Amino acid sequence: MTRYATRRILELVIVFLGVTLIIYALVFALPGDPIRALGGQRPLPQSVIDALHERYHLDDPFWQQYLRYLGGLFHGDLGVDFNGRAVSDKLASRWPVTIKLALTAWVIEVVLGLGLGVLAALKKGKWADRTILLVTIAVTSIPVFVLGAMAQLVFGVKWGIFPVAGTTKGWPMAYVLPAIVIAIFGIAAVSRLTRASVIENLGADYVRTARAKGMRSRRVLWVHVMRNSLIPAVTFLAIDLGYLLGGAVIVEGLFNLPGVGNLLFTSIRAHEGVTVVGISTVLIVIFLVVNVLVDLLQGFLDPRVRHGD
Amino acid sequence: MTESLVVLESEPIEVGGRRRTRGEVWRRLVRRPRFILSLAVIVVLIAISAFPGLFAGLFGNGDPTVCDLSDSVIGPTSGHPFGFDVQGCDVYANVIYGARASLTVGLLSTAMALVAAIVVGCVSGMYAGWPDSMLARLIDIFLGFPFLLGAVVVLTSFSTRNVLTVSVVLALFGWPTMARLMRAAVRQVRNADYVVAARGLGAGTVHILWRHVLPNTIAPVLAVATLTVGGVMVAEATLTFLGIGLQSPAISWGLQLATAQSKFGTSPHLLIFPALFLSITVLAVVTAGDALRDAFDPRST
Repeated sequence: MTRYATRRILELVIVFLGVTLIIYALVFALPGDPIRALGGQRPLPQSVIDALHERYHLDDPFWQQYLRYLGGLFHGDLGVDFNGRAVSDKLASRWPVTIKLALTAWVIEVVLGLGLGVLAALKKGKWADRTILLVTIAVTSIPVFVLGAMAQLVFGVKWGIFPVAGTTKGWPMAYVLPAIVIAIFGIAAVSRLTRASVIENLGADYVRTARAKGMRSRRVLWVHVMRNSLIPAVTFLAIDLGYLLGGAVIVEGLFNLPGVGNLLFTSIRAHEGVTVVGISTVLIVIFLVVNVLVDLLQGFLDPRVRHGD
Repeated sequence: MTESLVVLESEPIEVGGRRRTRGEVWRRLVRRPRFILSLAVIVVLIAISAFPGLFAGLFGNGDPTVCDLSDSVIGPTSGHPFGFDVQGCDVYANVIYGARASLTVGLLSTAMALVAAIVVGCVSGMYAGWPDSMLARLIDIFLGFPFLLGAVVVLTSFSTRNVLTVSVVLALFGWPTMARLMRAAVRQVRNADYVVAARGLGAGTVHILWRHVLPNTIAPVLAVATLTVGGVMVAEATLTFLGIGLQSPAISWGLQLATAQSKFGTSPHLLIFPALFLSITVLAVVTAGDALRDAFDPRST
């Protein structure tokens, strides 16, 4: 286990360095002078340009700039926006909203995804199974912003069950509708994964043995089949939590929930490059760390994983 | 916003086992009405993108640029089955002309990603040792980007964007999933008898790759590529909706949806018709890809 953990963490370090290097190279080293762009239509005096270049170390070689940026990241420094505010300060107040939304969506995914998956597997080939399959495929083809807008129109404007946008109603009223919209993709994926593995396990030898011993079929299902079928779905759910924590950009924007995704949404539309890159970096790092944690958990639970390849 | 490719990554194709022959795969495909139906939809959409003029004129108002501001956001009427948009242009003509941009981005981006994936996957799979470790790390690094977030970071720094830039950026973050699959498939056949035999007869590496390895490994990768087309189209619409994808005066479903956003409460037809076309297209592509993957999968019955 220690060897497996060390290897995964080493890989994380390599991927982290690679990802930050790519972001830095693509965005910060693009042609064009960010200082000249600040001046807009009027050209800045050369002395001002020189002073700003000096201040932001823009004339240093690429590697030094990258290392300085990396050092800043480790100190929680994500850069400063055009108004002189630190990106990390702007982020701090946003986390509670995003975490509440992500957890609400995640619970909906767990309950509905696993429930529908098991139902579809037990009713394999019947109309319930076909309906679930059809609906999950159809729903996943609709882009999330269309789904969100439709939900606002029907449940918010027409029926008035949930607020259309904003957080004035507080949790849970203001969060349920956006949470369902984000969760829909996960529900579809989890239910398909669960259905496939439950069906596979229902035909396994150990199930036949358990039945032959005279075990009641309900106990076979919940004790033997479930325990073995949940592994793929649980893996997906764990990784998806990483996505959800950073993934709600569109939905937070649409529903005007002042979370991290909303900040990214408004920064993209306001062309605030520094803020966009800073937030994206944080979200990508969260995603990477969650992935490694999931791998470690899997290796801990299932010896085949850590002795693989 | 990063959800669009999750399903692709969560159900990896088993590359081992006995491979089906072309005839078997074809027989399995034509038995499925879902595949035939989705293929028909795709053919129609390709026809629409190639000759939008033929389809746009069906209701007599086929020019997407003939607009009258006094018609702004009027709902469906005769001759204008989808109504008018904010600028007073015919929504039906715009939706028809919008197919080309979406489809082009989807196909172009996937094609570029597929070529990159095949090259990287073949080199990485055939040469064990340092080329493989380097390329495998490169794949890992690009898989570290949540698909859309990577595209957001890159596209934010472009001030002008068109079909080509958006396609290239989406391909940049779309190739590693397919490359990983390709690599695994190539590694499986690397030491197969027919490869060893060809090498024993003095065949060069390029010849072996082209004549023996590729035909035996490409099928599952192509199935995933089909699924990727759907994912890329959704990604393009989402990025355009965010304001960092295609820009007007281009005509695309994403742009139509972006302008519909502030008006859909009072005039839902602005949102519904482009959304319907986009969703049906993605549904058709994903269903076709799903059927292909099932047909190639040696484990399924």
